[in-house]
Order: sequence, then C-alpha cells, then structure tokens
Amino acid sequence: MDLEYGPEYDVFRKQVRAFIEAHSHLAPPSSDRAARPSSKAVEWQKLLIEHGYTARTIPQEYGGYGAEPDILQSRIIAEEFARARVPGGLSNQGISMFVPTLLELGTEEQKRRWIEPTLKGDVVWCQGYSEPGAGSDLANLKTSAHIENDEFVVNGQKIWTSTAKQADMIFCLVRTEPDAPKHGGISYLIFSMDTPGIEVRPLKTMTGHAEFNEVFFTDVRVPMHQIVGQRGQGWFVANATLGHERGMLGDPDALENRLQALIVLMQEERLGQGRAIDNPVLRDRLVALQAEVAAMKYNGMRILSNSLRGEPGGMAKLIVKLQSCELAHQISALAIDAMGELGILYHHSPREREGGAWQWNYMFQLGLIIGGGTAQIQKNIIAERGLEMPREPKLAKISDAAKATADMPRHKQGSA
Amino acid sequence: MDFGLSQDQQMLRDAVARCLADTCPLEHVRECTERDNPLSDKVLRAVQDLGIPGMLVPEEHGGLGMTLLDAAIVAEQLAYAVAPVPFLASHVLSPIALSEAGSEEQKAHWLPKIASGEARIGVAISETIEVRDGAGVSSAAGKLNGTALFALDFEGADAFIVADSGGRLHLVGAKASGLKAIALTTIDRTRSVGELRFDGAEAEPLADDGGATVARLRAAGRLILAADSLGAGQAMIEKAVDYAGQREQFGRLIGSFQAVKHMCAEMAARHEPCRSLVWYAAHAFDAIPTEASLVACHAKSHTGEVHRFVARTSTEVHGGMGFTDLIGLHYWFKRIGFDRQVLGGPETVRAEAAALQGWIKAA
Repeated sequence: MDLEYGPEYDVFRKQVRAFIEAHSHLAPPSSDRAARPSSKAVEWQKLLIEHGYTARTIPQEYGGYGAEPDILQSRIIAEEFARARVPGGLSNQGISMFVPTLLELGTEEQKRRWIEPTLKGDVVWCQGYSEPGAGSDLANLKTSAHIENDEFVVNGQKIWTSTAKQADMIFCLVRTEPDAPKHGGISYLIFSMDTPGIEVRPLKTMTGHAEFNEVFFTDVRVPMHQIVGQRGQGWFVANATLGHERGMLGDPDALENRLQALIVLMQEERLGQGRAIDNPVLRDRLVALQAEVAAMKYNGMRILSNSLRGEPGGMAKLIVKLQSCELAHQISALAIDAMGELGILYHHSPREREGGAWQWNYMFQLGLIIGGGTAQIQKNIIAERGLEMPREPKLAKISDAAKATADMPRHKQGSA
Repeated sequence: MDFGLSQDQQMLRDAVARCLADTCPLEHVRECTERDNPLSDKVLRAVQDLGIPGMLVPEEHGGLGMTLLDAAIVAEQLAYAVAPVPFLASHVLSPIALSEAGSEEQKAHWLPKIASGEARIGVAISETIEVRDGAGVSSAAGKLNGTALFALDFEGADAFIVADSGGRLHLVGAKASGLKAIALTTIDRTRSVGELRFDGAEAEPLADDGGATVARLRAAGRLILAADSLGAGQAMIEKAVDYAGQREQFGRLIGSFQAVKHMCAEMAARHEPCRSLVWYAAHAFDAIPTEASLVACHAKSHTGEVHRFVARTSTEVHGGMGFTDLIGLHYWFKRIGFDRQVLGGPETVRAEAAALQGWIKAA
C-alpha cells in the first residue's frame, strides 16, 4: 500500500497548482454549464489545451497537447482543479465520447476535420442513440438510412438527445441494413444539425426543465463518406464510446463534493432549536453516507492502481455506475429531508435554498440511475460479466425449443 | 502509488487460505462447534506454524512486527473459513496494547509468549463503548471491582486486558483471586466471549495515557471485525453464485432468472467497495494515525450494514437449503452477525464517528 504518487509527480502537482493560481481569474464561473460554451469558456479551454491541462494526450496534429498518456498526471490535474474549485476542461458528449471514438476508429481525414474544432468548443455535438423503442435494448433501433443517389436518406426518431438544440453536429446510429441481424445492420453516421428535414423538440422532464430533446428525421440526406467505420459496423463503433459514458457517470470527486455540500447544509440549516445535524436520526444517515462515499473513493483509488499496473478494473469498476448514481441520489434525498418542509420549495419560491438545486438534483439523479444503462442493466452486467452467472435464455430460443418439442413425435416428447 | 496488497501480502493471503483450506474444512468447523469447547487445537497449531500469533509483536520481542493491514488479511481468511480459533484479542489487540502501553517488564514477560503461542490474552473494552446491564469496572489501589462484559477470545486465555471506567487498561491473570470468569454463549460458536466479575482482583495497570491506547484498541478491533465481515461476506456471495449456477427449477438454472441474478449483483455491488475501505482503514491505522479512528468507524459500520444484507440475501438465494443446518451456510451468517454487534453496532459507531468530527456538541 503506497498512497504517494512519488517525487516526480509532486513537481508536476506544483506546476499545476502554480498554473491555477496564476490563471484562475480567467476561468469561467463553475455554474457556467450551458451546452454552448460561452466565449469565456472557449478561451479558457484553449488556454488549458495549450498548457496540457485538458485534451492532454490527444496528438498535436489533431489539436491536442500531445503528451504521453500518464494516468497519475491526469489524476493530479483533476484533483488540483477540483481542490481549487476552478472548472477544468470542457466536458461534453463531443469531447468525452465522439473524440475518443474518432481517435480509435475514424479515418485520418475525419480526425483532422473534426477533433480540433470539437476540443476547442467551436463545434458542439449531440448523440443520437436512444429511440422510443430502443432504450435498454438499444440495438432494436429503427431509425433507417437507405441509399439514394449516393447519399444516405435518414428517417426516424431519436429521444433523450441532450444539447440537440445547441449542437452543430450529431453522431447517430441508424439502420442501414434492414435484413441483417439486429446488431449487424447498424451504421454510425455524422451529420450537421442544420441539414434539412431535422426537427428538434424539447423534452420536458419531471424537473420542469427540458434537459433533453426528441429529434425527428424526415428524408435527411447525408453524404456517404460521413460514416465512422464501415456500413453495418455501427454497433461496434458505438460500444467503443459507451464505456466512456459509464466512466463519466461515476466520478468519486463529484460524490465527495456533493457530500461536502450536504455537510455544510446540515450545519447551517436550523431545525427547531438546533441545527439539522443535531438531529440524531439525520446525523446517523449523514455518517452512513459519508462511510459509503469513503468506500467509493478508495474503490476509485483501487481502480486507478489497477490501471497503472495495466490490469483490468474488474468487479471494482463494474459496480461504479450502479453504486455512484444510487449514492448521489441518496445524498440529495437526505438534503431534502434535512430541510424538512423547506425541502419542497422550488421554482424560485421565496425561502427556496440554493436555487432549488437539491430538489433538481434529487429528481435529475433519478434520470441518471435510469440513463446510461439502467440500474437493472448494470446488475445484469455485474452478474453476467463480473460473477459469470448464466445468461437469460433468449426468448426466441425458448419458443424455438417449445416449437421443436411440439413438432416431435408424441412418444419422444417425454424424454425431451 | 499502489493502492492494494503488496506481493508479500498476497503471498500471506494465499498461504493462510491454503492452510485453512487444508486444516479447516466445514466438517471440522461443524465437529468443533458441536463440542463444549469449540476452539480447534488443530487449526490453532496450523496458524501458529505460519507465525500468525507474532504478527503484531515487535521484532525485538520475538515477533514479526507486521502491520494491521497484514492482520486484516489474515482476519478475512479466518472468516472465509469460519475458523474456530482466537485471533482478534489474542493476536491483534493484546500485542498492540502491550506494545503501546505496557511497561518494559510487561512487554518482556508477555510479548515473546504471545509470539510463540505459549500465552494468550483476552481483551475486555466494551464498557468504553457502551454500558449494558450496569456493567463497568472500577480500579483502586491495584484492585479491580465490577463487571466487564464481552471479554474477547475468552476461552483458554491466560490473562485479560481490561479497561476501567476511566479508559485505563489493566492486566489481570485469568486465575487471579477475586476474578470470576463466566462464559457467554453467542450465536457464533467459532469465537468465544465471556464475562469477567471482579471482586477486589489484583491487577497491573498499563500506562495511564488518557485513554489513547484504548482508543487505538477500539479502532484496531473494529477494523479487524470489518475485515472478518468482509471474508464472511465474500464466502456467502461465492456460495450464492455457485448454488444459483447449479440449482435448476422450471427447467433452467435459477441463476439465469433476473430475480436471482440481481440479488447476487446487489450483493457484489455493495460488497466490493468494502474491500477498498477496509484496506485503506487498516493502512491508516499504521500510516495515517490522525484518520485512523474515523475511518475504522466507517469500515466497521459500513461493513456491518452491507454484510447484514449479504447474509440474508445469500441465504435467500439458497432457498430452503439456506435455512437448513445441512449446508452450514449459517456459520457465516452468524459470524457476520457477531462482527456487526461487537465493539459497537453501526448506530453506536456512527455516533462516535460524528463526535470525532465535532458534529455532536460535548455534553
């Protein structure tokens, strides 16, 4: 057990700290989470890339900083920006999911065309994966693209598309081979959101805000070269990025920050004669959550060590999305309970606390438990990949077997 | 940076696991726990041959001078095998107490004997956590009066280290006049606890350090119980997964039903982070003393909650068989139950964690 990063990393940490101290006045406010980065956020992003504090390992020819991958350096950068409460590099679906996909599977031309403007915040992407009939069963997607005059012609509907209103471009899964088996008929297309035939309708959620959209495609024409990977390989291409999404949803620093905010709230919020934290039941719940956040933090350190050794994350990694999203939701639930009747205030009400952020989180985090692979899908993954438990028999196979039994001569059925 | 077990620690873990797989199969545990004195001499000898009694005894006193993380690794394996041998008090807490607060004479007398397995010392500090049934020990002029409940590793102890109501530790011989030792029977027959009634029993005090050593013992004890819970939980999850992969109903392995699969996934998802928490807390005990007490509280209370869930869920995955004595799953269930209650249940420990952070105003 060695929790030190080592002297060469201490030097690196000092450099990061010095940079933050010297430049933090240029950073956009942390609350600036608009889908379309402000000009201040774009300038900040460019400064961070120039110094290697974001897009660190992306090659220079594609607009990155071009450092050798070093997990601990990346970790130190994340730690120091979190500690200083200064926003780090932009994080959006284009940067977190599309850029890694292109780096892995894009053509040279695609990499040169798209990565740099995406990193610099000049091009904003949205992700067209889920459909009304293709949620957990994503491969069941029906949005089609047939070929006409050397163009793809896209028809269908996507849902849960965050930032679709602001996005310049979409990376989108469509069915190009209707007769192929379901995972084999999908292609990964990229096209402009300004293309004629695209309609974006905001999708209002239980929070009262439209954090997502529905996107409708009617005869949307896409040039044949705007495809990542080959026709019919889209499922494979998309799976290269789904891993990145699961990684995004389980950040232990974020959990610690939420818990810290809860501790402050419970020390400040008055409840009768005392503070919320003086209530023994609420306090007990707080300490229980603190223990669980600590466990997830050390679990994160274990995953980090595994990857330093080049080992797979194993069970420690498989459980992160399920546990972190649940824990984040429980932290918000306790905050609301600690506020008592004040906990229901929302929509800029008088006496509302922190702009209604706890209520918004409490509801939105339920969305995070469902999105990005539902809790139930996560449990299937943990059981089947982690514990190597038997898979659910496919429905088709059960009915085939039943049919085969029915077709058999009667006297053989008993031994089937 | 390396968050995990060193190669030596992995070798230690594997050696203890192999030793217990050979000497302590479930039939042996069953045989032992059906006797009046369930402690297994055979397993104890095997454990002694690995040097485990001397793990936490400093090298200058004939021990190995290892760390609490090493002891936690052993605790996990002992629980995995539900081994009916003393460990927590006799091989962890008493060497820590003597090393940190013993006089040179006490150290020279006891530590080599602990390391060689010649002597075992039980530990009774429960009243510094919460008092039940009016128990409590007072000390005056080298004599103890009152009652200490839940003396750990009670059976076969040559002496006891006992905390008085002021948090000072005393060493008293098991055969001292004025000491009446009464065994308590618990759900978990693989470990022994007892009650010590003092009526002017002669005792030697350890250093008066304002309760510092007893706080160290609480932290170490809770951590070892958390590690024990981890090993027992691991065994129960593995058994549930194995069973679900063999048992067929409705023409299918029950493990292919999502209802069963999700029970197993929930156990694994809650259990896995406990391992990192226990490792960190054990490491903190030796390397980051300012954090040690708090993070030991977290490890104890959190594993207590998680493994209660694991114990019942694994039993349910086994269906009716889980409820029988036949497959012996209940040995681990009871081990987890013991780990949860002893040295403070989760609520008690969380209240202490809150106090350590200044969240409870001093009364």
